[in-house]
Amino acid sequence: MELVTPEIGLVFWTTVSFLVLFFLLGKFAWKPIMGAIDDRERSIEDALLKAEAAKEEMSRLTNENEVLLKQARAERDLILSEAKKIKDQIVADAKEAAHKEGARQIELARVEINNQKAIAMADVKNQVAQLSIQVAEKILQNQLQDQQKQDELVSQLLKEVKL
Amino acid sequence: MIGSIAALGAGLAVIGAGIGIGQVGGKAMEGISRQPEAASKIQTAMIIAAALIEGAALFGVVVSFLGLR
Amino acid sequence: MYLSHILNSKKIALSLILGVFLTFISCKTFAIQHEEHAVAAEETNTEKEFSPSEVILEHIADSHSWHLWGHTTVPLPVILYTDQGIEMFSSAHFEHGHADYPGKYYTYRLVKDKIAIVGPGEELTAGANMLNMHKKLIDLSITKNVVSMWISLVLLLIIFLSVSAAYKKRAGKAPKGLQSFMEPIILFVRDDIARPNIGYKYQRFMPLLLTVFFFIWINNLIGLVPFFPGGSNLTGNIAVTFVLSVITLIIVNVNGNKYYWKHIFAPDVPVWLYPIMWPVELVGIISKPFALMIRLFANITAGHIIVLSLISLIFVFKSVAIAPVSVAFVVFMDVLELLVAALQAFIFTLLTALFIGTAIEEHHH
Repeated sequence: MELVTPEIGLVFWTTVSFLVLFFLLGKFAWKPIMGAIDDRERSIEDALLKAEAAKEEMSRLTNENEVLLKQARAERDLILSEAKKIKDQIVADAKEAAHKEGARQIELARVEINNQKAIAMADVKNQVAQLSIQVAEKILQNQLQDQQKQDELVSQLLKEVKL
Repeated sequence: MIGSIAALGAGLAVIGAGIGIGQVGGKAMEGISRQPEAASKIQTAMIIAAALIEGAALFGVVVSFLGLR
Repeated sequence: MYLSHILNSKKIALSLILGVFLTFISCKTFAIQHEEHAVAAEETNTEKEFSPSEVILEHIADSHSWHLWGHTTVPLPVILYTDQGIEMFSSAHFEHGHADYPGKYYTYRLVKDKIAIVGPGEELTAGANMLNMHKKLIDLSITKNVVSMWISLVLLLIIFLSVSAAYKKRAGKAPKGLQSFMEPIILFVRDDIARPNIGYKYQRFMPLLLTVFFFIWINNLIGLVPFFPGGSNLTGNIAVTFVLSVITLIIVNVNGNKYYWKHIFAPDVPVWLYPIMWPVELVGIISKPFALMIRLFANITAGHIIVLSLISLIFVFKSVAIAPVSVAFVVFMDVLELLVAALQAFIFTLLTALFIGTAIEEHHH
């Protein structure tokens, strides 16, 4: 019975002590501690939210970048292909021009050659003609020095002539 | 004499508490084996229930204290 | 290997500890039954015989002096509020109950560590207690439990004022040292006790819950220390648990809203049942804190009793051979009490939060 009967003295001192403890801790410990914990939690939450926002921003920027990159790439491809076309065109043109020029040159050369050939031929013909005339003259001079031979020739010539 | 009777009463209280805590523990184990992922929650609830039952048993103890001296 | 795997699992280890804990709850009660028999036996025996129950009861009871070791005791001040006036003197005057002290108004004697007035005809008048307040003598002495409580108060203040200073100094930074040890516990009280049971208005009750939790916990722990400055049985003293539960009672009922009172005075039953319901509900108001008081008191006292009775076994058997067994069991019980110390603080705070939660609940089911 004694054990389960609260003693007034201890009840009194416990009440006083507990209330003092409650007041002191409440004022000087729990208030700042809970405040600090709440503040920190709020700041962490804020930081998390900000991080989330930053992440979103980042992903948005990345997306944008990607789009830009894609555009740039497409533009580059376009430019490249155009350049290639132009290049091909130029090359083709140049080739054609070279071809034409070459053909013209060749033609000119041929004409020239032909001309030269003709001139040369004419020259050769003249010379051959003169030479053969001279040869013929000499031969004739030689042959016609002898009367018999003249007669022979005439007769041969006469034989050859077909009327 | 009063002490002995109080002791008998305390013993009876322990029987009840023993059965109660046994039930709580057994069911909690069953629950944990069925849902191991909820083990921590079940344990907390089990400890609370066990402590409440224990409190009831300790009423018996207090009655036995009443018989002291 | 298989076994170690089982023991490595935290959950299973916890369940194991809990299982053992639950097993020993009943043992505590049996130990007390054993004490009962010892008391009965003691009455018939001679005085010189070692009586465990007497020793145990002396250890768990409050005292006017603090026994340190051997024959060294610290006398504590006695403050008496008598119908004539207040008296103050040192308990050393009693010489451990061997001498009477003639005070200003009455002559006092220490009977079983309680102060009584010795009348002219050697008749004793005991001091007042909570059951009988109308006595000439009210004992307001600074007893061993009071001193122990003040030690715990100082400890709590040192711990939490330094923690709070750390919060101020390291604002916005991660906790460090003692601060990082205390923060999870404070957060545990907030997130696992206050918030789920009280609801969104939990902030108002946090100081009370934290104070109650740490007060009970540290006093439970101090009670486990067998030598100075521990060794008191503060939370195992019904006066202390009485005060704590009365505070709970007051806080709950002061904060009770209209739904709470409607539930008590106008429950959803036919009107002719009200005369029956009122006493039932009023008893309910009282019985909830009463259960809190008894639970804490009986748990801690039972823990002390079983440890002391295990130690007493050595002296009962008068053999040193029994000491290793006894000490092994005591160590085991002490570890268990370490768990109980935290658990009872948790349960007390949790139930307080729960009662507050039901009292300030907005919607009506």
